[in-house]
Amino acid sequence: MRAGGIALNAAAAAVLVVMIFPVYWMFATAFKPAAEIQAETPSLWPAHPTLEHFAAAVGADGFWTFWRNSLAVTGAAVLLALAVSLLSAFAVARMRWRGRGAFIVMVFAAQMAPWEALLVPMFIIARDTELLDSLAMLTGVYFMITLPFTIVTLRGFLAAIPVEVEEAALVDGCTRPAAFRRVVFPLLAPGLMATSLFGFITAWNEFAFVNVLIIKDQDKRTLPVWLSSFRDVFGTDWGATMAAATLFALPVLLVFLFLQRRVGAGMITGAVKG
Amino acid sequence: MPAATQAPAPPRRRQEPRAPTGRRRRPGDLWPYLLIAPAVAGGVFLLLYPLLRAATISFQRFRMGELIRGGAELAGLDNYRELLAAEEFWTVTLRTFAWTAVNVVLIVGISTAVALMLARLGRRMRVALMSALALVWATPVIAATTIFQWLFQSELGVVNWLLVGLGLDSFQGYSWFADGRAMFGVLVALVVWQSVPFAALTLYAGLTTIPAELYESARIDGGTGRQIFTRVTFPILRPMFALITSLEVIWVFKCFPQIWVLSQGGPGNATTTLPVYAFKVARVLHRYDLGSAVAMLTVAVLAVALVGNLRRMLRQEGAES
Repeated sequence: MRAGGIALNAAAAAVLVVMIFPVYWMFATAFKPAAEIQAETPSLWPAHPTLEHFAAAVGADGFWTFWRNSLAVTGAAVLLALAVSLLSAFAVARMRWRGRGAFIVMVFAAQMAPWEALLVPMFIIARDTELLDSLAMLTGVYFMITLPFTIVTLRGFLAAIPVEVEEAALVDGCTRPAAFRRVVFPLLAPGLMATSLFGFITAWNEFAFVNVLIIKDQDKRTLPVWLSSFRDVFGTDWGATMAAATLFALPVLLVFLFLQRRVGAGMITGAVKG
Repeated sequence: MPAATQAPAPPRRRQEPRAPTGRRRRPGDLWPYLLIAPAVAGGVFLLLYPLLRAATISFQRFRMGELIRGGAELAGLDNYRELLAAEEFWTVTLRTFAWTAVNVVLIVGISTAVALMLARLGRRMRVALMSALALVWATPVIAATTIFQWLFQSELGVVNWLLVGLGLDSFQGYSWFADGRAMFGVLVALVVWQSVPFAALTLYAGLTTIPAELYESARIDGGTGRQIFTRVTFPILRPMFALITSLEVIWVFKCFPQIWVLSQGGPGNATTTLPVYAFKVARVLHRYDLGSAVAMLTVAVLAVALVGNLRRMLRQEGAES
């Protein structure tokens, strides 16, 4: 290897270490016994790996409630967004109508909506309609956050299915809904799956709105808020905190890696960050 | 969001509505509108209405009392006047621009370097680095924020231990979260760390589309590495740099959870940016009117960047169909 090559690889290795270290440190801390975490000289990896911190995190007050809340809100929002956008995506991809262009512009605009600016009005609306501390309101917000993206992506998948396939089914005597159900839907399944997983990541990670909309009823909180208030939960028990962070991040990491393999990086671009 | 522009390019053949030619008014004509109705309803109630509500409140007198009793009165431009007269608002605005500039410059600079590096690496090292970037990219914001709190702890934090080990003894037990500048630095480190993967991987994807022949002929013509970057690579990738920069500006400018969880805008007000300020004014001081005014001004600033992005999306849309 030439000198330039060595320098390049060394630089790449340095970048790799700097990037990955924080994530690694989360895992490592979660598995270290308390004595190792509090050691004067931190050890690079857990010498005596333990699961006690995971037990502490899972056993913490309300962990399963928050887990269930997160799952319920995220799941409901994603399913709702999927159903609603399937209808819209079909209208946009397969039909010609007046206002179609305007609708697409609206969807694109909604995709860039300044959600951070809507925290206060959402709080006031929720308060006026007595939807504070309600998972329904939260589900509605998450539905709307994921909806525009879902429409755009599904339209892409839908448009990629040749119309001829559908027409052939119609010629063979299928009704339009039957043609959709039997021919288009199976072809669309991977697209639906990918899109819903993107939505899942977005809603699972959301913090700002749940922080504003769930204020009194602590049992309605979701995992991100619970994790962010770890000081109240664990004090300075960093092992348990990192175990909790690991448990929270793990589903997303798994979904993301699965998606990256299946769909390619280009598609994931907007779904995760924003 | 950029995913919109990168959906798989489908064969653009639109189906004309099936034509049951016998009837004058085709029943199919209503279908598209029925199909989009739920989406439109969602947008109206959960996006448009809150936005209008925020706009209205920013022109009202809306504080604790109005929140409880209702019956807010119009106040004209009072809130905006109060805001623009307050020194704190200008400090926060300036800080927000500085925060955005520092982060975006670092993100774009580092990402470009990493992307160029990826393009030159051997296969194995490249895959390793790309996987590391993907892993960081996928780490949830709140998890990352918690990790950084741990990394920068004063007593047991590994950052202080490392700095002391490097001979910087003043970092023994240094408290990063107590000093405004240090806190600002930690937040920048967090946001840059989280943002580099997306930008670097996107730029790298762009780099791979540049034909190798271009580089070869530039090299034969005697171009140095720097010349090749400024004369070949950058001009070709200019649209992509524009896209990344504008997206990062938007994301960094309106960034909220990281700051709120790590510092709540403190210590003092040292890390309060506009979105944090809007939230603090509304929820902590119960000045919902003033907070809404801040939010509306934030939207106005963001709109400049957003409109550019929207135009880019629509151009792409036009090019595809």
